[in-house]
Amino acid sequence: MSTALPAAFTPASLDYVALLPVLIVFGAAMLGVLVEAFLPRSARYAAHVGITLVGLVAAMGALAFGAVSHRVATAGLAGVGGAVKGSVIIDGPTLFLQATILLFALLAALSLAERFGGVGADAFTPMGAATPGSPQEAQARKVGAMTAEVFPLFLFSVAGMMLFPAAGDLLTMFVALEVLSLPLYLLCGLARRRRLLSQEAALKYFLLGAFSSAFFLFGTALLYGFAGSVHLTDIAAAIAGQGSALDGLLVPGVLLVLVGLLFKVGAVPFHMWTPDVYQGAPTPVTGFMAAGTKAAAFGAILRFVYVGVDRAAWDWRPALVVVAALTMIVGAVLSVTQTDMKRLLAYSSIAHAGFILVGVLSMERTGVSGVLFYLAAYGLTTIAAFAIVGLVREGGSEATHLSQWTGLGKRHPWTAGVFAFLLLAFAGIPLTSGFTAKFAVFKPALESGTAGAVLVVLGLLCSAITVFVYVRIIVLMYFTESPGDSVAVVEPSVFTTVTVATGTLFTLVLGVAPASVLLLAERASQFIR
Amino acid sequence: MSLSLTTVAGMSAGMPLVGDAAAAHAASGFAAYAWLLVAFPLLGAAVLLLGGRRTDSWGPLFATAMSWAAFLVGFGVFLSLLGLGSEERALSLHLFSWVPAGQFQLEAGMLLDPLSVAFVLLVTFVGSLIHVYSLGYMEHDPDKRRFFAYLNLFVAAMLLLVLADSYLLVYVGWEGVGLASYLLIGFWNWNPPYASAANKAFVANRVGDVGMGLAIMAMFWQFGAVDFQTVNAGVANANQGALTVIGLFLLLAACGKSAQFPLQSWLGDAMAGPTPVSALIHAATMVTAGVYLVVRSHAIFDAAPNAQLAVVIVGAITLTYGAIVGCAKDDIKKALAASTMSQIGYMMLAAGLGPVGYAFAIFHLLTHGFFKAGMFLGAGSVMHGMNDKVDMRGFGNLSGVMKITWVTFGLGWLAILGVPPFAGFWSKDKIIEAAFVGEGWRPWVFGMATLIGAGITAFYMSRLFFMTFHGDKRWPKEAHPHESPRTMTVPMIVLAVGSAFLGLILGPTNGILHWLEPVVGGHGQEHHPVIPAIPLMGLTLLVVAGGVALAWMRYWRDAVPRTAPVGSLLTRAARQDLYQDQVNEGVLMRPGIHLTRALVFLDQRGVDGAAGGLAALIGGTSSRLRKVQNGLARSYALTMLLGVVVILGVVWVVQ
Repeated sequence: MSTALPAAFTPASLDYVALLPVLIVFGAAMLGVLVEAFLPRSARYAAHVGITLVGLVAAMGALAFGAVSHRVATAGLAGVGGAVKGSVIIDGPTLFLQATILLFALLAALSLAERFGGVGADAFTPMGAATPGSPQEAQARKVGAMTAEVFPLFLFSVAGMMLFPAAGDLLTMFVALEVLSLPLYLLCGLARRRRLLSQEAALKYFLLGAFSSAFFLFGTALLYGFAGSVHLTDIAAAIAGQGSALDGLLVPGVLLVLVGLLFKVGAVPFHMWTPDVYQGAPTPVTGFMAAGTKAAAFGAILRFVYVGVDRAAWDWRPALVVVAALTMIVGAVLSVTQTDMKRLLAYSSIAHAGFILVGVLSMERTGVSGVLFYLAAYGLTTIAAFAIVGLVREGGSEATHLSQWTGLGKRHPWTAGVFAFLLLAFAGIPLTSGFTAKFAVFKPALESGTAGAVLVVLGLLCSAITVFVYVRIIVLMYFTESPGDSVAVVEPSVFTTVTVATGTLFTLVLGVAPASVLLLAERASQFIR
Repeated sequence: MSLSLTTVAGMSAGMPLVGDAAAAHAASGFAAYAWLLVAFPLLGAAVLLLGGRRTDSWGPLFATAMSWAAFLVGFGVFLSLLGLGSEERALSLHLFSWVPAGQFQLEAGMLLDPLSVAFVLLVTFVGSLIHVYSLGYMEHDPDKRRFFAYLNLFVAAMLLLVLADSYLLVYVGWEGVGLASYLLIGFWNWNPPYASAANKAFVANRVGDVGMGLAIMAMFWQFGAVDFQTVNAGVANANQGALTVIGLFLLLAACGKSAQFPLQSWLGDAMAGPTPVSALIHAATMVTAGVYLVVRSHAIFDAAPNAQLAVVIVGAITLTYGAIVGCAKDDIKKALAASTMSQIGYMMLAAGLGPVGYAFAIFHLLTHGFFKAGMFLGAGSVMHGMNDKVDMRGFGNLSGVMKITWVTFGLGWLAILGVPPFAGFWSKDKIIEAAFVGEGWRPWVFGMATLIGAGITAFYMSRLFFMTFHGDKRWPKEAHPHESPRTMTVPMIVLAVGSAFLGLILGPTNGILHWLEPVVGGHGQEHHPVIPAIPLMGLTLLVVAGGVALAWMRYWRDAVPRTAPVGSLLTRAARQDLYQDQVNEGVLMRPGIHLTRALVFLDQRGVDGAAGGLAALIGGTSSRLRKVQNGLARSYALTMLLGVVVILGVVWVVQ
């Protein structure tokens, strides 16, 4: 690869139809900023919710239009000189993940906008800048202030997530990573209740995120040193050519980039932030983060691993196998002793990250489709589950301690029933999407060789451990007498109801009749190289 | 084996028919509406069960109408079959694609052939009559809506069973009738013995159903399909050992459903159900499903002589067993139940004899369906008049007060005895004749079993008849026996007419043989019994007359004691159903209980111990690992760094 500058400046050719969904979300976010600046307080909530929902739906429409009529699935976004070496690559996996993320975002936005009859979004503090417990905070609450800027922040994060799996070079990937992360750090710190916990979580997430970003950047630098380019296709070509004098940079570079990405999905040993942040963040944000970040980051991992460095798989795969095994084990084992619902779901998400990694490591096209399916299935279940966690309250604040969930099945059979069903999906019980998803990632892994088979066996054992955890909650809800009835399910508005119903419906449908989505994932599993 | 290839192929249904001239034709014209046969009663059951109390007033009538509607459809199908040449009387009706699982394609379809249509007519006609009868019998039951719903459910399931074109669909109907039977035996489940009778029937039937399931699996393993056409066509190339195994599994299934030895114990207790149920399900139709299964699978049994022999042995044992038990029972319904068991033994034996017996098995099944249902309805009528008393020692000389019941029951009695020209004479004597066909020891053993059985049958049925309708009055003063209402007597009359003349219509004309020929092949007229037919007939009648005479002496001429005498050892054994419950308990239940206890012990000490230990290990590890999660950002970052260093270090060392 020539590292010399091109003789003349060549304008990049942009396929606007392919980019339209991302652009719409960015546009909606900008519009949200303007709303925040210029609209009176009373009109902001409605305007924000309207812009967010319309923007997301429009992006979905554009995505569908692009995928169906424009056939962007087969065309890369041309970069320099017309070759398929774009900075943003809209191919099958990208389209699938963007659609998935948009669906997550729509459901999460509905959950985010839940007011329970109050003035602003219920999950968020009226004034983020005020010290917790200070007079300013009380004042802000009195005048009916709200942090409506969560909606544009949320949209920026969504746009970053959409860009993340589409990034064709490591710098674009890094930009996308930061675009999705920075708003999330902020969102994590804006919880209405238990604000200190929330702010602590935000700070931890930010610090550790910055730390991992440094690893990512360092890895990028090493890979640039190796290949002379940050484009994934160039890196792949350099590995194939074996012409570099700096061969030693390759494996450390790959691993460091992976550290940055694995941090985002919460893989062990880069998972420590997950329980604290999941617990501290406002619950709708947690649900969105668990579903969306995971989908986007795994998309980026897939692209980096399958397009960029697949030819060097022998060198880095053992390390990732160990990470996957540790992730499953730690996630499953630690979920056993959790007493907080949100922390428990955090460890569950760590274990799930391990299961998904098993699919990634199969290095087969069927593995890609399995991972895509898993991400969609797991995300929908997760958003619905966190939406329900947000509904169970004691004295106005969320009742996240497990002991508070005892006997919920008797008092609120519907809520508890749906939650139990979602837990069974997490456990991977047949007729739920969890089973289909696990099957979809484990099958290619089993066929990929000894390491894959060992991981699958380990994965099944860990699944068995997690079944215990989930069933224990079901037993708690249905078969344990509760001391009082101070814990109750708040009456959700249509927003949360739609979120829970959609997530549950998908969980059921993807478990009972998953064929069409599996087929879609399979057709979308071809990367453009 | 006079089975022709055309006949085998003629049993097909639900499969692609292109280029297969001999296969069943797709049903057209009226026969294409055969699905209504199942749909009508199913609709009735659904309306009554879902409609709840609102349907209380008109529900029973609606259910009866649905049953008659099914009969009309069945009759129409029968006529349209009749309009075809005998070789073309096999119509297939594709319903829907049931299990489209890759290479395993299973179509749900119906097979309309002489065998299934014969059953359809029996089930819908007798079933409809019993619906009518129940209108009277159950009039004062507060829950009769549920009763009629279950009856309709039963009719639908039974029709599905006989019309199915694959073993898997037969299995659906098989379980459906089992469910209906269970629900109806336990219909009065506030009475604990009745509820436990239902459970007993349920358990015994499950044992048989395991056989059915295993047979289907074995078929799939052997033939790769479970529809009749493929299975029958594959028999020619199949391994005989496999066919024997399949045949034995099918026999196990038949034993469970038809209360044949060794799974016979539930039928006597099943009499806990309302009497119309006993008549329809536990006499006329469901319990004969085992015979249907064997005849339907005749291709398999013909090719597996050992399995066939097992069928004959089971039939012979059961017919003797039932006859002996029937002699000692004082409960009118239980005596009839023992008789049913014995008569089905006859059918089973005939079905096991091969082509010489298939048609007669079905023939006896049809005639038995009429006369036994008629006698059960008669018994119900007697109970109706006697305040639900069932002990025959408390009856006697009812012929005067219940004339219609007496006459109709008498016709059934003559029919089961095999007195010419009544129905049993044409069907049962043919089975006795067929049992004497063959070489070596078999005709003698099985022939004598049927002959002696006929004598015992004559004795115990006459005993029942005389104890109930003749002899001295033994009922208490406060009992006011009276004739039953018209809704009950009319079905009895119709069935009695059938008992009297059905044999005469189908027997001497060879109508039933010709009708069933396309399904089961030639009837073996060319065979000759070891005792010539005419002397054998005379001998049979002599034995029967002996049985009747003995019964007359003991139960009409002599006074019948109100309380049962202690009796001989055999009598006492027979009263206890030949200790079948004790045998079951000793042979199956006790070892089962001990095995379970041992397993529980093992489970607690071994499995639970291991699992508990593992859980403790995981829990302990979890608590220790939790301490690493100390909430400090610096230690989190340190963990990350440690991870990176270790990974890079290991990779560096390895490379």
